[in-house]
Amino acid sequence: MTENNTNSNGDETPERVVGTPTDDKPVVTGEPRPEEEHAGPYPASETHFNSEEQQRAGERVASVWFILAFLGGMGFLVSYFLFTPGQIADPQLGQYSNMLLGGTLTLSLFGIGAGMTVWARKVMPHYEVSSPYDELPSSDQEKGSFSDFFMQGADESGFTKRPLMRRTLILAMVPLGLAPIVLLRDTGPLPGDKLKNTPWENGRRMYVEGTHRYVRAEDLENDPYGMISALPAVDDEHYPHGISLNDSAKSVILLIKMPAEDWQSGMEEDIEVDGEVAPRLNWTHNGIIAYSKICTHVGCPAALYERTTHRILCPCHQSTFDASDAAKVVFGPAHRPLPQLPIGVDDEGYLIARGDFTEPPGPTFWDYAKD
Amino acid sequence: MSKTTQAPKALRGVGNFIDDRFHAAKMGEKNLRKVFPNHWSFMLGEIALYSFIILLVTGVFLTLWFKPSMMEVVYDGPYERLNGVVMSEAYASTLHIDFAVRGGFLVRQIHHWAALIFVASLVVHMLRVFFTGAFRKPREINWIIGVVIFTLAMLEGLFGYSLPDDLPSGMGVRILQGVMLALPLVGTYISMFLFGGEFPGEDIITRLYMLHVLAIPALLLGLIVAHFMILWHQKHTQYPGPGKTDKTVVGTPMFPGFAVKAGGFFFFTFAVTAGLSAFVQINPIHLFGPFTPTSITSGLQPDWYMGFMEGSLRIFPNWFDFQIFGYAVPIGVLVPGLIVPGIIFGGLGAWPFLEQWITGDKEAHNVADRPRNAPVRTAVGVAGITFYGILWLAGSNDIISETFSISLYVTTYIFRVLAIVGPIIAFIVAKRICLGLQRRDRETLEHGYESGIIQQLPSGEFIEVHKRNSEETTEVLASKPEITSTALTEPETDDKGVKNPEARKAKGRLRRALAEWYTKDNVSLAGVEPHSGHHLHHSDEVVKEHASH
Repeated sequence: MTENNTNSNGDETPERVVGTPTDDKPVVTGEPRPEEEHAGPYPASETHFNSEEQQRAGERVASVWFILAFLGGMGFLVSYFLFTPGQIADPQLGQYSNMLLGGTLTLSLFGIGAGMTVWARKVMPHYEVSSPYDELPSSDQEKGSFSDFFMQGADESGFTKRPLMRRTLILAMVPLGLAPIVLLRDTGPLPGDKLKNTPWENGRRMYVEGTHRYVRAEDLENDPYGMISALPAVDDEHYPHGISLNDSAKSVILLIKMPAEDWQSGMEEDIEVDGEVAPRLNWTHNGIIAYSKICTHVGCPAALYERTTHRILCPCHQSTFDASDAAKVVFGPAHRPLPQLPIGVDDEGYLIARGDFTEPPGPTFWDYAKD
Repeated sequence: MSKTTQAPKALRGVGNFIDDRFHAAKMGEKNLRKVFPNHWSFMLGEIALYSFIILLVTGVFLTLWFKPSMMEVVYDGPYERLNGVVMSEAYASTLHIDFAVRGGFLVRQIHHWAALIFVASLVVHMLRVFFTGAFRKPREINWIIGVVIFTLAMLEGLFGYSLPDDLPSGMGVRILQGVMLALPLVGTYISMFLFGGEFPGEDIITRLYMLHVLAIPALLLGLIVAHFMILWHQKHTQYPGPGKTDKTVVGTPMFPGFAVKAGGFFFFTFAVTAGLSAFVQINPIHLFGPFTPTSITSGLQPDWYMGFMEGSLRIFPNWFDFQIFGYAVPIGVLVPGLIVPGIIFGGLGAWPFLEQWITGDKEAHNVADRPRNAPVRTAVGVAGITFYGILWLAGSNDIISETFSISLYVTTYIFRVLAIVGPIIAFIVAKRICLGLQRRDRETLEHGYESGIIQQLPSGEFIEVHKRNSEETTEVLASKPEITSTALTEPETDDKGVKNPEARKAKGRLRRALAEWYTKDNVSLAGVEPHSGHHLHHSDEVVKEHASH
């Protein structure tokens, strides 16, 4: 704002940097009018009027804006009734309704804003006035007087002099202060081991996610690099309403088919399922392995699978897990591999779980590794 | 302009009615005469205020139909494409607002756009206050209120974004819950209590709704009123210029000029918001489908003000995660989830006091600094913006990777490096620019401004004629304060040769070092007389001096 090279010594003009105001036009609108005509709230010396002609022009322009705003507002009311609620159910018509309503509303609002601005700039006089900031701080006398009054009152009340009363009052406040916190206790259950158990158990079949169709091993047979997202098949007496969002949020799995030669050393690591210890590879079936689909970082579904590299990628924060190597983290912010679900096949050829996950699924939490 | 009209009878009646009960005439006139300094940057906070009003009005409208319930329903409604789909009542009622309530779609979009504009204008307003030092005494408390408003506005926006229960919004809640679980010891408890059990449970939308429409808006409203009353009482800061001092404020009075201009500006703000909502679609939840915890789409982006959190979650590596006695401490979630926002918001809140401690400046300031005249503060601010901006960009690294065909992992590495190196470079560059501008100011003050006129001297040499600055420019340039610190001016030893005990302690030494850092490279105006430079005069003497160069 300081580089406004306002040319103040106007007598020897023509030299002027391009873009600076010329001297013949005053920077502030209007010509100061003779003082005797002035009747505004501030001294005339500070006030710059618009001439009567300018004011009249301003009035006209502002009125045009206000009329446009009026038309916009009327248009808005008309647009509302132009469509029935049934019509806007069609997304295309709904879009038109939205544009008409919004467009007319915009016109109406903009017209009022523009009209008011023209009013302020062209009709009103322009002036700047000064006014003092408050003195800070208070004078010593005021402060002293306040302090004396306060202390006299405090002494009179006996709050300082009578400790028994003061301390018992404070004591009385303590349980009341705790009450609102205690009242929040029933907002939810204690964690217990809820985050560590899922509906998966030995012998439970699985549904293809979003259907009620059991997964068979052959479903992945035709595609040596296939991937299926699956949920536990729960339709027994424990789950009368089917699987809940809570249960599906923690039990959803990725079934991935892997050619035998692609397994890596991580698969030889021993894991324990229901007391039985065996290498990870033993808990797969025919090259099919099951991992939790929920990322161990902050819980998005790690739903992207790149078949050629066996990488599972979470699209939220790009944690990347190697499906051929016990779902170890190969990149990104997650720290813990995706838990593996031990699987097998039942007599009828359906894939089943052979126990729960090897570790709690979902975001890592404080005591996930504790039993 | 004829003579003043007398107040109409009806108005006098109302005025007397009120005055009989409140004795309001004197106070009323004082407030009508309240002075508002003029500068475009003072309108940024106004945009935030007006957006907040738009949010309140449109929000009330939306509550008439929105059902904050996670009860599962099979959709059978006007939006045919989703008929038969299982969804929460929250999502179904949002579809109802969009496709069965005339103007509902528009108001929902105005609400969303106004939220984005609210946070954006609030941030830019805050940057203006920071860079001009308008947070200095006596306005530190109002600054802190502003920082709290910023924090609450972000939460308010996040919770509002979560209410429709569409796929991306549910994923935002999931990430929030994942970050909560990472808290040592208490994480699982907080999550269980907030969600009424496991994720997603059946309560979270109802609870977020209460926070979004009642608790946080009430707090925001209270804080905004306090912010405004403090501002009203202390009056605005103003930029340096003739007659503008720490004792006197210069500007347009509230009535009639400012009131009409501000009123018009409210309508402009609303018009822009409405125009965006009419023609630029935002958050089309009907295209995303209802939330399920098992599905996701790629390229998910949060609202802009959450981008920096998303970015820091993406780029912070897992190298520092550890276990202690078998308990997990996921540093890779805790740092981006808590420490990064802690540094940003805590740093903002603490800065006025830190700066005061470094400089020892206990004076009240009503004239704002020009950013260049406080180079270290400006450079710290620019470094902060850079840090925030890089995290924000990192929040869309998948889109950057796809758009520019860069490997996804490479973008992560680039952002990791930039998040550390970027702010340092930004600090150095911004400070150098400030110092350069200060030197140019000093030169302009001494020599006048470059007129653009080339003059040929008798010797054949060409010079550019410098001309006198306007009085205002001179005043502004000469107003540059010296950057000093009492830590450097206090004598290290007293008159008996005993070392100042304060300066000897670690805290004193730290303060001295910081003061050194804050004040060095000061471009002093000491000894500079306005228009004393030789370029101004056209006399032969000067020409000769020129020729001898």
